[in-house]
Amino acid sequence: MVNENLVKDVVKEPYKYGFVTDIETEKIAKGLNEDIIRLISQKKEEPKYLLDFRLKAFKKWQKMKEPDWSGLGYKKIDYQDIIYYSAPKQKEKISSLNEVDPKLLETFDKLGIPLTEQKKLTNVAVDAVFDSVSIATTFREELAEHGVIFCSISEAVKNHSDLIEKYLGTVVPASDNYFAALNSAVFSDGSFVYIPKGVTCPMDLSSYFRINSGDSGQFERTLIIAEEASSVSYLEGCTAPMFDTNTLHAAVVELIALDDASIKYSTVQNWYAGDEEGIGGIFNFVTKRGKCLGKRSKISWSQVETGSAITWKYPSCLLLGEESIGEFYSVALTNNLQQADTGTKMIHIGPKTKSTIVSKGISAGNSINSYRGLVKMGTKAKGSRNYSQCDSMLIGDQASANTFPYIKSQQPNSEIEHEASTCRISEDQLFYLQSRGIEFEEAVSMMVSGFCRDVFNQLPMEFAAEADKLLALKLEGSVG
Amino acid sequence: MQSTMKESDPILEVENLSASTDNLPILKGVSLTVYPGEIHAIMGRNGCGKSTLSKIIAGHPSYNITNGEIKFLGENINSLEPEERAQSGIFLGFQYPIEIPGVSNLEFLRVSTNARRKFLNKEELDTFDFEELVKEKLEIVKMDHAFLSRSVNQGFSGGEKKRNEILQMALLEPKIAILDETDSGLDIDALRIVASGIKKISNSQTGIILITHYQRLLDEIEPNYVHVMSDGQIIKTGESDLALELEKKGYEWTDNFIKET
Repeated sequence: MVNENLVKDVVKEPYKYGFVTDIETEKIAKGLNEDIIRLISQKKEEPKYLLDFRLKAFKKWQKMKEPDWSGLGYKKIDYQDIIYYSAPKQKEKISSLNEVDPKLLETFDKLGIPLTEQKKLTNVAVDAVFDSVSIATTFREELAEHGVIFCSISEAVKNHSDLIEKYLGTVVPASDNYFAALNSAVFSDGSFVYIPKGVTCPMDLSSYFRINSGDSGQFERTLIIAEEASSVSYLEGCTAPMFDTNTLHAAVVELIALDDASIKYSTVQNWYAGDEEGIGGIFNFVTKRGKCLGKRSKISWSQVETGSAITWKYPSCLLLGEESIGEFYSVALTNNLQQADTGTKMIHIGPKTKSTIVSKGISAGNSINSYRGLVKMGTKAKGSRNYSQCDSMLIGDQASANTFPYIKSQQPNSEIEHEASTCRISEDQLFYLQSRGIEFEEAVSMMVSGFCRDVFNQLPMEFAAEADKLLALKLEGSVG
Repeated sequence: MQSTMKESDPILEVENLSASTDNLPILKGVSLTVYPGEIHAIMGRNGCGKSTLSKIIAGHPSYNITNGEIKFLGENINSLEPEERAQSGIFLGFQYPIEIPGVSNLEFLRVSTNARRKFLNKEELDTFDFEELVKEKLEIVKMDHAFLSRSVNQGFSGGEKKRNEILQMALLEPKIAILDETDSGLDIDALRIVASGIKKISNSQTGIILITHYQRLLDEIEPNYVHVMSDGQIIKTGESDLALELEKKGYEWTDNFIKET
């Protein structure tokens, strides 16, 4: 249920995550070439197979072209003008949180993600990533008792190299697309999760990504492996300071679910979106994909996309295992001059696979909000089903909404259902709520929350409230 | 009739009100005063300005007041926002209640009730206390609890929508309720439920304006005054027998009236 008071609280606040932490950082030189990649790999003390993985990806990337099919309009990115590694300076080896720079802890405190033992969130384990490195991961010992591995991917490379070597790049190959190739070449940090056979992860796991530096990109990489009959719920949050330049964020997320395993992956994306004139903001080019490898496995994506100047993101599911299930629940809100092109791909490969897509796009201001999705039934996907619902809501008369559903079926014995609608918040609806004493801004939030309810119901509790707050915040002043 | 001395102060005073939408004049000098305990009926052809009058009193943004004023409890409210008017005790029962997909009726009713309670310096109700209150009020309109979990007015029948309006009135306890064709689209049983609901909610301290085409609502709720509107003006005011006469003779009978005030 939507907490109306929460909505009220934040309606009047500007982007409150826009601060910069003044901290000494170690940055490498701008630019991208083989030496830079070798340097990143060396800094992270990586084994040779990983350096090879990076170099191979870089070679592929050099031959690829930046995609333009989405029609997103943005200033050409100069890939040589980006710093590919930026980390706060701290001691060589940190053995406990006490050795973490207090400024960093303070930063995460301010973001509502306290990390210290006394203050840490009680029901969720957090991996906090600051620019290119992971700062801390909470509840590691408790999770280890259950055999759950939750750490930064850099650490996993050191301590669980076998798993990394086995799975990295198996869901999103380096050559998958331009931004995935770039990420594969230069990825810095991110989270690693491994849930052993039969284990239900005892608490939600969460990664919090913070971009602090204005001239370095963030290229995180996340890998989640759920062994047979295990399950995990993973949350991801992101914020960045307000800069008048654009910052590139190109992440790759890979999920792997074996027989009867289930992974629920929720995102609240609130990168800085730029100002009202479209100056500044994050370019968010992300490749997220899950592989339902096992029978009856399930991968569920839910996302609330409110930030970024540009969003290009299609969390997808490869449904290989018989009777596996893929889900995608999305709310994308754009305001001012934001552009979002987001959706999913549900690739039905195995028989009796099922997928559900529920997408809610809200466009306000002069923004452009597009749903782009592919549902594919392969030749062996006999008895498979898909249901898609794509709804758009327009606020004001300058915003635009598009829906691009692609459907490919090579299997006659399968079902694909697609529903789409577009609506507008009408003056009459607003007047009706106002005539019952409900304030204008609150009336808008109520209607937007109502529109998104199907998706919010899929989010973990704390996240749903957070998402609701965010939407109210983003819509401030967009109506009327 | 209305100029006779009353013991208490009026709730609503509409004074020589003119209003337009898209530069098209709709109201052309309407005056109307409602005292506590009074029930006024406004009748007239479609398009005569009845609904517009009700919307303007509630603060609909599509209309401009070009002349005159609206006073509520002695204060000019011309420039108040619709929500401020509602919070202070003006209620408009819609002729066509609006559907709001995704917003639960229960939550809507609670937020709106609390907005009114806040204005009255009463404690705001949490979900549990509100449940209790709403259960009691559901009785008045004989509505099932299941209505609360549905989206506001979505998929409601015509009669259910109107009962939902009266439920809102019961929760908000307004000083004045303007009910715009609340009787239209109701069968006899639903009409009785709605009428008895209105009677239960109103008292000697509240005022009611019934906008209607039909005598049958006025059989259930007898008005103190009946006004006939035509072309944006009140052309005749009488007591309840005026409605009966109107029912008999039709609106043609009123066409030749000269504006009396």
